[in-house]
Amino acid sequence: MNFAVLQFPASNCDQDCVHAVRALGHTANFIWHKDTSLGDADAVIIPGGFSYGDYLRCGAIARFSPVMQAVKQFADNGGLVLGICNGFQILCETGLLPGALVRNRDLQFHCEQVFLKTNNFETPFTNKISAEKILKIPIAHGEGCYFADEETLAKLKANKQILWQYCDANGNLTDAANPNGSLQNIAGICNERRNVAALMPHPDRASEEILGSADGKFIFESMIAALQNKTAAKAA
Amino acid sequence: MAQCAGNFNAALERGWLARVNLIFSSSRGRAVRAPKQKILASIKIFPQNLFYARMKAKIIITPKKAVVDPQGITVLKALEHMGHRGIKAVHVGKYLEIELDATDKEAARKALDEAAHKFLSNPVIEDYKLEIE
Repeated sequence: MNFAVLQFPASNCDQDCVHAVRALGHTANFIWHKDTSLGDADAVIIPGGFSYGDYLRCGAIARFSPVMQAVKQFADNGGLVLGICNGFQILCETGLLPGALVRNRDLQFHCEQVFLKTNNFETPFTNKISAEKILKIPIAHGEGCYFADEETLAKLKANKQILWQYCDANGNLTDAANPNGSLQNIAGICNERRNVAALMPHPDRASEEILGSADGKFIFESMIAALQNKTAAKAA
Repeated sequence: MAQCAGNFNAALERGWLARVNLIFSSSRGRAVRAPKQKILASIKIFPQNLFYARMKAKIIITPKKAVVDPQGITVLKALEHMGHRGIKAVHVGKYLEIELDATDKEAARKALDEAAHKFLSNPVIEDYKLEIE
């Protein structure tokens, strides 16, 4: 499977994303933000970083880069798109995901391991995560507090679009386990169609044991499995 | 003379000339100032808005009430700590100044309003106020 990893000015997790995919035995290519084509990508990853210096708002300017037209088209056609950290911010600014990310509640930049509870195991991003598995994945952000209005939150909950929530080591959703004040401890969501998802934590930084956790691998493996199933279904 | 008037028209249309003073060169190559009446007559046929004006837009962006504003809360606490009493709320936002050359104030306002809604602010979490002078 071929992953396209976008590069904006000041993206800094593109290399980690490419490495994580290649370590799983699949191909990954860098796509510069000015390119208008994603090539023959099967999936797109929008990596973390501080695109455009986080000027104006995080992801506000990246959203207008030429490549995002291709990403929107790709998503409209059902292609898989995963946003990580700054990628989550960019996808919200684009409107491909609802809500927005604002400054962490305690105004501190948080760089630490968090625990995530998965809520929906039937998406292309979570199908390889076993029930009851608590993921240990690091975060590194200053603007990761998820916000959406009451109506949107209710819809997300009803549609099972909240994929991951911050929890403690035992899976309890507590305030203490919430590093940034996100409403309902939301760490990651997907769209209604389940082909676009994003999360603030970095699975790209938790894909090898030597980094402290390899739980991030499950998210990439889920995407690969979903793509392989799709190809198999097409062939049949 | 007709040739010069034609050039004058074209130049004005392209917005190159902000001022009325013009020197027409005579057929003998010596610069002469055209009679005042001729200049005034040629000006009358141009609509006012061909002249660009420098405008300044002021945009104030504030967080929506529903969004928790920890910066605002922190600043409020700091003000109280400094001895200020009676402060009920503080909201920290953004202020943008945009200087532009435009001929039509209303058209400029409309364009900037769209920019403010689509890009300069995020309607999910922010409100904005736009003024043009």
